Amino acid sequence: MVGILIVSHSEDAARGIAQIARGMSAAIGDAPIAGVGGNDEGGLGVSVAKIMEALADMLPKCDGILILPDLGSSVLSSRGAVGMLSDEDAAKIVIADAPVLEGAMLAAVEASTGADLPAVAQIAKEAKNLKKIDH
Amino acid sequence: MAFTLEMALLALKKFNAAVEEKKDYLTDLDSAIGDADHGINMNRGMKKAMEKISGKEYGDFGGLFKDVAMTIMSAVGGSAGPLYGTFFMKMGQKLAGKTEASTENMADAMQEGLGGITSLGKSQAGDKTMVDALQPAIDALRAGAPDGEPAAWKAAVDAAQKGMEDTIPMLAKRGRSSYLGERSIGHQDPGATSIFYLVSAFRDAGTGQ
Repeated sequence: MVGILIVSHSEDAARGIAQIARGMSAAIGDAPIAGVGGNDEGGLGVSVAKIMEALADMLPKCDGILILPDLGSSVLSSRGAVGMLSDEDAAKIVIADAPVLEGAMLAAVEASTGADLPAVAQIAKEAKNLKKIDH
Repeated sequence: MAFTLEMALLALKKFNAAVEEKKDYLTDLDSAIGDADHGINMNRGMKKAMEKISGKEYGDFGGLFKDVAMTIMSAVGGSAGPLYGTFFMKMGQKLAGKTEASTENMADAMQEGLGGITSLGKSQAGDKTMVDALQPAIDALRAGAPDGEPAAWKAAVDAAQKGMEDTIPMLAKRGRSSYLGERSIGHQDPGATSIFYLVSAFRDAGTGQ
């Protein structure tokens, strides 16, 4: 199963988005979905160490992991955390260029069906084109 | 005279003191074009890095810079965390096993660190980032190496300062400031500014200033 890790500047946002994605996909399957965020003092920011801890926790349980960063430092910190892993573990991770909430929901549903990492990453990316309101 | 492990410790101490002293200035620069956190973040990260390394014995540059890198990556909170963290990590890997480095060794290690920054941030010269102060400093250090440490480090600091000032008319291409487009022009880049302090700290420690 492919796991999904939300990385946000806010721990509340990361956990909340993970919760929504879990809620949307739980009926289909049980893809591991986690959220990390905030600096190491609990304020807004991103900590490479927190991302590394979450990855270490998820790696043994997942065939692959899709990271969904909110923006800016979350992308850099995710890249930094993946860069600290062995090549073998790093090869199991993709950082998605996707809207974080919509991407997480679509990816969670896809992952819960047992889809592989490239498929889950692709669907998250396509969330950019998701129309929310039809005019 | 070579750059020693003791000098590296002293340089980190001086860099920590500089970001502490210039915390508000860095944050002011960042509030013009970024998210107003560079001074606070660098101050928090370096302070924690100093706590981590103080009182510990290090056998080589690799161990020292790795501890600094890991602490900064966790504690800074903004993009400067992974960027400075990777810089120190790569520098440490290049100097692993050494307790003394020639000026050429230092230039090589800093170039390795800069490679880490550009691969992480996908940044190039002229994007209005740390790179614009760091690359000229490394080039000047390497070119000045045959003239001896004091001249080489002076050239590196001068080049970092010029590189930092040259970011003022640039249009930001990376990070939060890039969202401002044309409005980023006319402001000095905070990351290039903290790099100037870092190169100055290396110079001061390496030449007994």
